[in-house]
Parts: sequence; C-alpha cells; structure tokens
Amino acid sequence: MSTKAVAAIVGPGNIGTDLMFKLLRRSESLEARYMIGVDPTSDGLARATSHGLIASHEGVDWLLAQDELPDIVFEATGARAHMANAPRYLEKGIMAIDLTPAAVGPYCVPAVNLDDNLDQMNLNMVTCGGQATVPMVAAVSRVVPVEYGEIVASLASKSAGPGTRANIDEFTETTSDAIVKVGGAKTGKAIIILNPAEPPLMMRNTVFCSIPPEVLDDKNLQDEIRQSIATMADSVKRYVPGYQLRSDPQFEAPKDIWNGMARVAVFLQVTGRGDYLPEYAGNLDIITSAAAQIAERIAQGRIIPAKSGQAK
Amino acid sequence: MTTTPMVTKDADGNVIGTQRQIRLTDTTLRDGSHPMRHRFTEDQVRRVVRALDEANVEVIEVTHGDGLGGSSFNYGFSLVDSIRLIEAAAEEAKQAKIACLLLPGLGTVQDLKAAYSAGARVIRLATHCTEADVSIEHFKAARDIGMETVGFLMLSHRLEPQKLAEQAVIMADAGCQCVYVVDSAGALILEQASDRVKAVVDAIGDRAQVGFHGHQNISMGVANSVFAQRAGARQIDCSVCALGAGAGNTPTEVIAAVFDRLGVDTGIDVFKILDVAENVVKPMIERMPVMDRGSIMQGYAGVYSSFLLHAERAAERYGVPAHELLWEAGQRGYVGGQEDMLIDIALEKAAQGAAV
Repeated sequence: MSTKAVAAIVGPGNIGTDLMFKLLRRSESLEARYMIGVDPTSDGLARATSHGLIASHEGVDWLLAQDELPDIVFEATGARAHMANAPRYLEKGIMAIDLTPAAVGPYCVPAVNLDDNLDQMNLNMVTCGGQATVPMVAAVSRVVPVEYGEIVASLASKSAGPGTRANIDEFTETTSDAIVKVGGAKTGKAIIILNPAEPPLMMRNTVFCSIPPEVLDDKNLQDEIRQSIATMADSVKRYVPGYQLRSDPQFEAPKDIWNGMARVAVFLQVTGRGDYLPEYAGNLDIITSAAAQIAERIAQGRIIPAKSGQAK
Repeated sequence: MTTTPMVTKDADGNVIGTQRQIRLTDTTLRDGSHPMRHRFTEDQVRRVVRALDEANVEVIEVTHGDGLGGSSFNYGFSLVDSIRLIEAAAEEAKQAKIACLLLPGLGTVQDLKAAYSAGARVIRLATHCTEADVSIEHFKAARDIGMETVGFLMLSHRLEPQKLAEQAVIMADAGCQCVYVVDSAGALILEQASDRVKAVVDAIGDRAQVGFHGHQNISMGVANSVFAQRAGARQIDCSVCALGAGAGNTPTEVIAAVFDRLGVDTGIDVFKILDVAENVVKPMIERMPVMDRGSIMQGYAGVYSSFLLHAERAAERYGVPAHELLWEAGQRGYVGGQEDMLIDIALEKAAQGAAV
C-alpha cells in the first residue's frame, strides 16, 4: 500500500467543497481527511462527513490538536483568518496552500512558476481570474517585453460567493500584482465583472498585453507569440481541462486611445468540471484545480518520500 | 415661484442630498467622456466647470467615462488622468460640488480616497442592478471620510421594480444617501422609469433620496426624467448638448428649461445654461451624440450605452455591422464593463461569415 499525504481543508464553503470533491475523485497522492469550519450547522461540514472526511466546527485549534496532523492544509477561509493561521501551520511543519488573498507566501500559478516553488511551505493561489489570465501574460512576456498587462474576468453572478463580493478590491489588487510578479508585465491592471444572466454564462477572461509596435510588422515574432500562447494554454489545460482559447490572439497596431500602445488580445473561456457547482463556475474550478495540482506535485516530490523514509 | 425646501435627513438627523425640489447633476465631463473617447483636456474641463458653476449647477461629475480606474485597453485610456481632472475641476468650482464615478471591480477604495484628496466630494458607486452588494465596502469607506454618497443601479431596465428596490435597500443600508435608477441602455419608457423610481422611493423611504439617470437612445431621456421627478426622484442626471454614451444623456439645457416651465425648482439659470451649451460645450464636441441605427438599437435591445463606439471599432476591423453586434450583446445579456465581448462576438460572426 502506497503512502499518501494527509490533507486538511479549512473553510467548508464553495471553494473548500469543490476542492474536496477534486481530491476525492482524482488525487493519487493526497488523502482528504479533515474538513474544518466554525459553524456547526454548516452544509459544507455535513457534506464532508457524508463523504467520509472527519469534519469539525471547532476551527484550526481543533485541527492542530489532532494526534495525526495534516501534511498539507488548504486554506479556503478569508485573508484575515489565513494571516492568523499561517504561522501556526508553519510551526507544526504543515505545508499551506492559501486560496485567500492573504498572500503570506509567494504567488503560485502552476503553469508558470510551480517548478520554482516546490520547496515552499506556504503558497498563495492569487485569484480565480489570476489563475486563468496570468499564464497568458507570462506567455507573451516570455517572447516580447510587456510594459502593461490588463485582464478582464467575467464571472457568473451565481459563482461569486459572499467573500468575493465583500472584498472585491482584493481581487483587483491581488490579480494586478500577480500580472506583474508572475506574469512578467511591468505594470498590471485587473477588472472583474459579475454577470447575472440566466442560464449563467461561462467564465470568460480577456487578456490584453501591450507589445512593441514592431511586432505588427514581424510575422515571425507574431508566430512566436502565438506559439507561446498555445503552449501555455496546453500546460494549463493539463490541470484545468475546461481551459480554452476562444480565438486566435488578435494583434492590433498602436492607437491614440491606447496612449500609442500596440496590443495583443487573448480571449479565454473556462468551463468548470462541475465537481460541486455547475460548469459555469469555471472560476471555482480553475483555482481549486491549480491548488490540487500544486499539492499533488509537492506530495509526490517531498512529503511522501519523507514519510516513506520515516516508515522504514 | 417660491418653493419650500424639502429636507431629507438620515437616521442621525443629518441633512442629506439636496434641499431643492430637484438637483441636477451634470455628467458632461463623465458620461460625456465616452463620445470624447476619454480625451478631455484639462483646459476643457476647467472651462466647462467654470461655466456650469456659473449657471448654478449644484453637482458636476468629472471622471473617465467608466469611472475611476477606467483608463484601460478595454475602455480606452484617459488622455489626462481622472485625478488630475478632478483637481482642476475642484479648483474652478465656487459653489458646485465635484462628483466622480467608481465601479467596484474596476476602481478601488484607494482610488476613491485619491479622488477625495483631489477635491471630489460626492462619490457615485455603480454596480450592475443585481449586484449591489459588491459596493458595500466602498460605501462604508466613502462615509468614513465624509464623502456624500450616491449609488447607481445600472441597466435598471433588466430588473422588475420590486427586485430593483431590494437592491436599492442594500445600498441604502451600506450608507448610500441617494440611490439612482440608472437607465444605462436608454431602454426605459415613461412608466417603466417612474414605476422603478416609485418602488425604490417606497422601499427606502426617508433614509436616502432617489435619482434617475437617463439616455436618449430612443428619445426618452427628458420625458423619463419628468416621470421620475413625479414619482419622487430628487436628483436627476443630465449632460450639456446630451454629451454622453449612446445617443447621449438627458440634455441639461433642455431638462432645466422643462423643469422651469413645470414650476419645478432646480436652481439653474436657463439662459446661462443655454449659453454653456452653445458657446462652451458644443465647440469642443468631436462627435455629437445622435439617434442612429446603432444607438437606437441600444435602447431597443437594452444594451449598455458605452458599447456603441466599441461596437463600431469592432465592426470596422472585422467587417460585421455594429448594430448586429449590439443586438447580439443584448441577446446575450452582457452588462456594463463587458466591452471586450464585442470583439468576441465580432470574431465569432466573422468566422461564421468566412465559413459560409
């Protein structure tokens, strides 16, 4: 019998529940053992119990008092909670994957920078929009300098939970920051739109990157950018199957209304896997899939080998 | 004629909003930013503010058409940063308050504070009509620093009056001092406007005032504003020469004249505002808003007015008629801010065309 890494999910809301289903259905290296909340009447805790997890409404205090501690904890609460919890996880040697905007650890977007972050004890998942769009900014900035990267994420209203709604500035600020720090743009801007249409619309993302004007006259350079975008989309697709380019990247010459910048525009759609919320909630899917992917790699590369070593 | 002041007080007894029968908020320098392609110069802003202030306009809105933080690839970059324009406006205004727009999800609390520091005293927080709860943190931040607050329920035609009123209550609870029924698509027709205003008035009572923002896409801006006033609205938006998105807004000089003839006090000097239109604003307009195939389609299909120029650009690049893109945008239920989707629709239509 192969050893697995023990995982705890803190925060039994939409994100935590979707993550639980992903681990239960597809993980090879992780055992979803604990679901932690603070409300005894929480649907999410009841759901976790019915799927065989050990659920507690007594918070992180309870989790950290267990005989067998988790190897990895997924924080799906809020930024403030994670700021308080992060040092406690670290003290106990628990790897933390942070799905809140707290950003205690570095941003991780698996297709772009997971390989550089495999030894971290705390990784932040940016935002759903960041997971969808930062790879495209990185794909362009690997080929040509991107002075300015801008993304527009459109979400179905039904897929935006109370946390997102109460702290919408955190979305724009965190995503903008990751466009620069992970995407490699010099400056970044993020826009989030909630659309209540029925039936709910799929998650859509548009990425605009400024490009040097000479790209417009250089077919080879355009091909290189196209290729980089396609390769990156394939990398994301490996852990988010519903990730797709809607059309070819659109190259456009400088305009005065863009303050003289030329741009390339990339149009994306993310169809969710429907693990918990229906497929319109691609925003949920992309961040939980990315988190699960990171945990999987870290469990295989670091945690399981260490555990197996101890077992001998 | 003389009019008794109509005072609205909040729960703490503080006077809020306007004490006139109607306060006109002029949005030439904000909604008008759309047809000006967000290229207002500082000098233009100074001249318009000076003239409006002189004509006794109480509130003058100055921002990128899509609000603070609107300067972007998706909406077009500002020639001059909104904060700089607000500073200039605040320097020129003697009696008028300077307002600015912010769409949560685009602008942030940080932008709001920067606008306040630059001299803005009224913040207008806009959400799609079903999404009022994303503005709560911004209302609280604005009230904390002592800004007057206005809430914008955009594309109000998409929601029935009662549902709209529920969203208005969310804003009022968050600290909004005037909730606007915003006809962003210029789609409402007479009672459709006043029924919504009335439902909001009934729901929020004395806690906040109610406003109406109209567009001329199917020529209803002025009439809807009169209907709104009769249903209890106290604040009405307008733009000189109708300068605004789509076929433009309710023209300031027209609504001032109409209210004057109806005996509704706005405090505005009709002769002076006619001068502002003729001598100050008209000469700077590069594209006079007009009811044409595109803008009428926006009113008819219920499409966000600022999509117009973006649809025209996508139409030109991809060889698909603009009014068809707008119709499709309405069918799909796109909301304010989704200008990028016009390119997406154009690409889709162009691909279909190529496949035939």
